[in-house]
Amino acid sequence: MTYSVPRLPEEPDPDLRSKGSRRVSGWLLWEVFIRPRRGLHHVHAGSLHAPDGEIALQSARDVYTRRGEGVSLWVVPSSEITSSDAADAASLFDPTSEKPFRDATFYQVPDEVEWL
Amino acid sequence: MANERSFVTISVVSAQHPGRARFEALLAAEEKVEPADWMPEGYRKTLIRQIAQHAHSEVIGMQPEGNWISRAPTLKRKAILMAKVQDEAGHGLYLYSAAETLGITRDEMVRLLHEGKQKYSSIFNYPTLSWADIGCIGWLVDGAAITNQVMLTRCSFGPYARGMVRICKEESFHQRQGFQIMETLCRGSAEQREMAQDGLGRWWWPSLMMFGPHDSDSTHSDQSMAWKIKRVSNDDLRQQFVDMTVPQADYLGLTVPDPELRWNPERGHYDFGEIDWDEFWAVVRGNGPMNRERIAHKRAAWYDGAWVRKAASAYAARHTGQVG
Ligand SMILES: [Fe+2]
Ligand SMILES: [Fe+2]
Repeated sequence: MTYSVPRLPEEPDPDLRSKGSRRVSGWLLWEVFIRPRRGLHHVHAGSLHAPDGEIALQSARDVYTRRGEGVSLWVVPSSEITSSDAADAASLFDPTSEKPFRDATFYQVPDEVEWL
Repeated sequence: MANERSFVTISVVSAQHPGRARFEALLAAEEKVEPADWMPEGYRKTLIRQIAQHAHSEVIGMQPEGNWISRAPTLKRKAILMAKVQDEAGHGLYLYSAAETLGITRDEMVRLLHEGKQKYSSIFNYPTLSWADIGCIGWLVDGAAITNQVMLTRCSFGPYARGMVRICKEESFHQRQGFQIMETLCRGSAEQREMAQDGLGRWWWPSLMMFGPHDSDSTHSDQSMAWKIKRVSNDDLRQQFVDMTVPQADYLGLTVPDPELRWNPERGHYDFGEIDWDEFWAVVRGNGPMNRERIAHKRAAWYDGAWVRKAASAYAARHTGQVG
């Protein structure tokens, strides 16, 4: 347990594959980004449901910033985010490992040379 | 069991899937599995069931404490209790979000809860009869929850583990405010000390029950351990909790209601008595003191709040032109 209540033999196994769009009562899913302090980037904090941006902002404040977690909030409809496909990760990101010359540590600098 | 049979079938089919090797490799490397990764159907279903139950527990868990907000002894206690209950609502929301990444909608989870097809932690089916019960919930119930949730920060499913990190940060406030209520009562009048003792008497065993059946009777534990959803066994977590909590009860001068409780120097742990498993299963089956009332209240709140959701959608539709 704790949060896995023991399964009874008669427990139904509901069909969990939800049909339709990812909306709750017709509300959009929003992604929440928080800027922890001035001078830092907004960082993804989580998501929530809201009918519009204004209510999404209010809810984000209540749900994600109850303890001074930030000084600024962004809310973005999840459907507006285009993301890379996990299956493409190798073709997208692996080639960088073949280009170690992009890294400063690739180059040997003579000991007697300074400020390089 | 039918469930187990269908689970085996699914495993055989998905054994062929090319994603399986990568999934196994992620687990072996202690890396997180993310929603876009391929995962066995059983893993997904187990997580949906567990995270949904966890979310429902946070939400239903607001009821026993909410019951005392209007009767908190001071304005300060009232403000603290409201903040704590608000945190639990937040915990529910983080967890529903984590479950949604597995492809179930929140409406669906709420429906399953309302229809009794998804459960919540049995601990919330006990009543809060006195102010000491609010102390006991923070001290013992949040204490037991922390023991479990700290383990879950190491869960293999990324969104669940990340939710747990955030939740654990907030839980220590919950436990401390509960302990402080107990401490204040124990330093008070004879009547207040009696109230504290009565609370511990009623909450001790249900708190130990929170860790679930013995490992030997816990049918689905092995698979959850293999998938690294669960990292420590029920009995080990329960022992951890007892070892941490008994000295706290001693400090308060309260008696833990277990005649078999004693320190075992050889094991380096407390030995303790057997849980009343008949009571445990009765509550799981829906026959605890508050099962029916909790769900009735939850459903009423959902339906009574329908107009608020409708109004918000209508307002949004008018002002943004979005279809609500
Ligand atoms: Fe919580
Ligand atoms: Fe809590």
